[in-house]
Amino acid sequence: MEYLDSLTGFRLDGRRPNDMRQIRGEIGVVAKADGSALFEMGNTKVIAAVYGPREVQNKSQQINNQALVRCEYSMANFSTGDRARRPKGDRRSTEISLVIRQTMEACILTHLMPRSQIDIFVQVLQADGGTRSACINAATLALADAGVPMCDIVTSCSAGYLSSTPLLDLNYIEDSAGGPDVTVGILAKMDKVTLLQMAAKLPIDIFENVMQLAIEGCKAIAQYIRGVLLENTKQLECCRGV
Amino acid sequence: MLQSKSFVKKTRQGRVVKVVREHYLRDDIYCGAPSCKTCDTSAARLSTSASTILIVDTNVVLNQIDLLENPAIDDVVVLSVVLEEVRNKNLAVYNRLKALCTNSLRKYFVFSNEHHKDTYVKEMVGESPNDRNDRAIRVAARWYQNHLGVNTQILLITNDRENKRRAIEEGISAETVESYVRSLGKPDLLDLVVLSSSGDVSMEDVEDLRPSKKKVIYSEHKPMSEITSGLLHGVYHQGKLRVNRYNPFEAYVGSESIGDEIVIYGRSNMNRAFDGDIVAVELLPQDQWRDGKSMIIADDEDDEEEDVHLVPSSADDAPRNENLVQPTTGSVPPVSGRPAGRVVGIIKRNWHSYCGSLEPMPMPAGNAGVAHALFVSKDRRIPKIRIQTRQLGNLLDKRIIVAVDTWDCLSRYPSGHYVLLIENDINTRPFSSQVLACLPPLPWSLSSEDLAKTNREDLRHLMVFSVDPPGCKDIDDALHCMPLANGNFEVGVRPKHHCESLLALSDIADVTNFVLSGTPLDEEASQRGTSVYLVERRIDMLPKSLTEDICSLRSDVERLAFSVIWEMTPDAEIISTRYTKSAIKSCAALSYVEAQARMDDSRMMDPLTTDLRNLNSLAKTMRLRRIERGALTLASPEVKFQIDTETHDPLDIGMYQIREANQMIEEFMLAANVSVAEKILRHFPLCSLLRRHPSPTKEMLEPLLRTAAAVGLDLDVSSSKALADSLDRAVGDDPYFNKLIRILATRCMTQAVYFSSGDLSPSEFSHYGLAACLYTHFTSPIRRYADVIVHRLLAAALGIAKLPPIFLDGPQLTGIADNLNYRHRNAQMASRASVELHTLLYFKKRPTDTEGRIVKIKSNGFIVFVPKFGIEGPVYLVPKGDKGADWVVDEAHQRVTKAGTNITYGVLQTVRIHMEVVEPQPNRPKLELTLI
Repeated sequence: MEYLDSLTGFRLDGRRPNDMRQIRGEIGVVAKADGSALFEMGNTKVIAAVYGPREVQNKSQQINNQALVRCEYSMANFSTGDRARRPKGDRRSTEISLVIRQTMEACILTHLMPRSQIDIFVQVLQADGGTRSACINAATLALADAGVPMCDIVTSCSAGYLSSTPLLDLNYIEDSAGGPDVTVGILAKMDKVTLLQMAAKLPIDIFENVMQLAIEGCKAIAQYIRGVLLENTKQLECCRGV
Repeated sequence: MLQSKSFVKKTRQGRVVKVVREHYLRDDIYCGAPSCKTCDTSAARLSTSASTILIVDTNVVLNQIDLLENPAIDDVVVLSVVLEEVRNKNLAVYNRLKALCTNSLRKYFVFSNEHHKDTYVKEMVGESPNDRNDRAIRVAARWYQNHLGVNTQILLITNDRENKRRAIEEGISAETVESYVRSLGKPDLLDLVVLSSSGDVSMEDVEDLRPSKKKVIYSEHKPMSEITSGLLHGVYHQGKLRVNRYNPFEAYVGSESIGDEIVIYGRSNMNRAFDGDIVAVELLPQDQWRDGKSMIIADDEDDEEEDVHLVPSSADDAPRNENLVQPTTGSVPPVSGRPAGRVVGIIKRNWHSYCGSLEPMPMPAGNAGVAHALFVSKDRRIPKIRIQTRQLGNLLDKRIIVAVDTWDCLSRYPSGHYVLLIENDINTRPFSSQVLACLPPLPWSLSSEDLAKTNREDLRHLMVFSVDPPGCKDIDDALHCMPLANGNFEVGVRPKHHCESLLALSDIADVTNFVLSGTPLDEEASQRGTSVYLVERRIDMLPKSLTEDICSLRSDVERLAFSVIWEMTPDAEIISTRYTKSAIKSCAALSYVEAQARMDDSRMMDPLTTDLRNLNSLAKTMRLRRIERGALTLASPEVKFQIDTETHDPLDIGMYQIREANQMIEEFMLAANVSVAEKILRHFPLCSLLRRHPSPTKEMLEPLLRTAAAVGLDLDVSSSKALADSLDRAVGDDPYFNKLIRILATRCMTQAVYFSSGDLSPSEFSHYGLAACLYTHFTSPIRRYADVIVHRLLAAALGIAKLPPIFLDGPQLTGIADNLNYRHRNAQMASRASVELHTLLYFKKRPTDTEGRIVKIKSNGFIVFVPKFGIEGPVYLVPKGDKGADWVVDEAHQRVTKAGTNITYGVLQTVRIHMEVVEPQPNRPKLELTLI
């Protein structure tokens, strides 16, 4: 299959190699949670809810000098249409839960909230490739909505390498092509990488290009998320009548 | 703008799933016309002064691709919807269209109408995908018209009547292909237009008013659905149709479902299938199975007959049927014969272009110069093809190329149109400017930068020499030999440096990690795959300056090389092997004759001759050891011509003589190839390009065994070693007997092929003929692309260069290997065709009487091999048309006896024959052999 039309230079869905899918973020979608957000990357749609900081439920897990961050990733049964997976508890979900927890832990200022716990729930409503990245972006938005102190906002984006071209933000078809898929998470302002995953072989010089492309994507998402947060803050300001 | 595309699809498991995909519409897609004011014109491909821009419909591309390839048709916009449809319908046409669109000399522009915000159309309720695509084409045409304004005319070319009518209704100018080409006023272009017989075109002028006169000659093909279910239920059998090279009215379908070959007799049973088509076959009732007496003469309506051929060099060239011939005498009932069948449908066509000439015919009067002519292909397996032409006078007596378009059941012959192309798919065109731009400037010489590189060894002080055929200009290997203090020898083989590193040197900015894989030069070479050697001509894989100068290891010039250096004991045991890039200076470019003369002349004691002798003794030991391992010494009757320099007519013809010097060079090249194969496989177990030679199957060796048995020879074919030994023992009463047996053995072998090591399991890597577990091609990078690839692999294995990313792409590497095999085979066929042509030219002036050996017995004659000239052909014992009842074939002893007499001809018997060129059909001269 031709993932990049060599004549027109377009990908299957009409994007250029370094075009991202359409992204959309919305804050405050779950009223009961302390913070919540919906994040879309094309047809990938993810919802995140954050509870906390609150008292540690299981006292044995309590950490005395910092907050406990917990994360649970799941996929809605309807998220993949035909491609039904077990919603949670399988190896893949456990792994992604861990990845998201570690990534978020890196930016939350946990030492400010000792003996407390923060729960992050992310659920994939519709899956079309890049769910990992979308979950991290949604979690960032939800954490910010919950007012959890963070050193920077974490954003994530994936990039792949197909038809000898680095491609930004792979969708499901491109993802299932079996090529390398590099997922990068960065702290946008501090320019630090907090997440880097790839389960394939790639020559180092090509890898650098692909990773650079993913980082550019992360930065673009960070800019967008900042805009969403700013808009939200302005609305809150408006509500309070300041 | 975002559009969601959703459709339902059946998965391979048979479930139906709904697929939802995003479909982005953009506003940054440009029209491709340089004169456009609003668009970005940097990527524009249409010509500046184009007054008419053509937009082609899918059916036009599918049917008229030959016309589109003609340079007279330009300024064409190809819509992405058309591209997509073409790709789904016919991949071969798609690839040709794609080549057109990427060719910088042609003005073809691809417009992504499906992703343009103004030209995207959504399927309407109740609209078929076809109608939707037609509408999309019209919308795009209208957009172009509005976009480019009145100065440029947009012309929609379509052969679909409905589409044309609607386009005109919507205010788009539209024309059919015929009327457009007619308006160009170039009659020769009209020949390229395929006249469609379906109802799409306006049928007024082609309407056949005499339907009653047409009779159905072939039965209708079954619909695809019926074929699929028939295959499923075992009623039909699927396989590739192979037409007998010796008899075009007999074909075989190798069917996996019944595990045997199904024979198809006669054109009507073949039912319009061509050689190479994948067909569905229905078995005939058993009483219609003929006994397998294989005739060499066609017994059907045509007067086609046997040609004299060069000897096939391997089993792949020779027809495979002989081994299945049943005994005709005795009480065996005919039902035990091979299953016969008839073709009920064609699953995949293998139509391509065929080379040949027109059957002579008088010039027709009137009818606006349009003539229907019959084309006779050079390949006898192809039926005659009916073509329509307006330039009959021009085409008669010429060699032309014809493409097949259709073959309906009403016509005896398929219809086609003539194109001009090249046979054997060999690219003889000069190299393009892009390719030439990759070459370093001449005169090229070794620069200090080349030597300054840490990984390049300076070996210019060594006495290196090359040995090649006389007059060889592309010298790609050289040798040197140096006795070491400890009594061992250091031997080096230096295939000349391959092109990409050469180029790396010319680019000083990025020397170390500069891999020029992927340059136009590299792509061109990988496409050509190999140089083609004709009798007095060479078609190069790389441009001449590289082939004959920069890369050629000529004497007394400094050249870059990639060296394999062995330390060997005097018994030719390899102690250590080293590979390095190097700089060398050849001290002598010898010919085989010169080298042999030096070695034989005991008075010459100069260092060069001593080296030669040392190498030769090493080579002999290595050869002996190789033969002990079971390497086959096969023989092929290679022919050599002496060509008149002025008239290019062959003056003399004879078998190629093999000297000790040839064997010496061959031995070291083999050793280098084996060493390199081991090295690259160790480093890249999954992506090495190797060469393997599969062991012949029992069935393939069958004809050899039968012949051997007939002359009372017992051959052991259980392994290559056993075969080699029994071939050595096969000494007959005359000196040529052994060679003849070897030639017959060679013919039973398959051809060696390139493959990627990731595709097969290690047990399949072995090379049967050389009895080597691993083999590859490393020593001739000037003329074989495989060697270029292996050079890159070796350089990467040594850490000198990086492995180009292409090697990590398994399917792509497999594709390259397949292309190399294909090109290699074509190159061989072209060489053979060239030799055949020259043989013909030679005998045209010199009818000759000579001795021949019978190699195969047929019911009405036998095939004779003429050792002196390396050709073989049939000798008929019975006049044509006669069934030859008075000759009795004894299959067991491979003998044919005249009934009632004791005149007998047996296999391998020597006969006197007369060779003469006759021309039964104009432009088809052939060599005829008759018994004296």
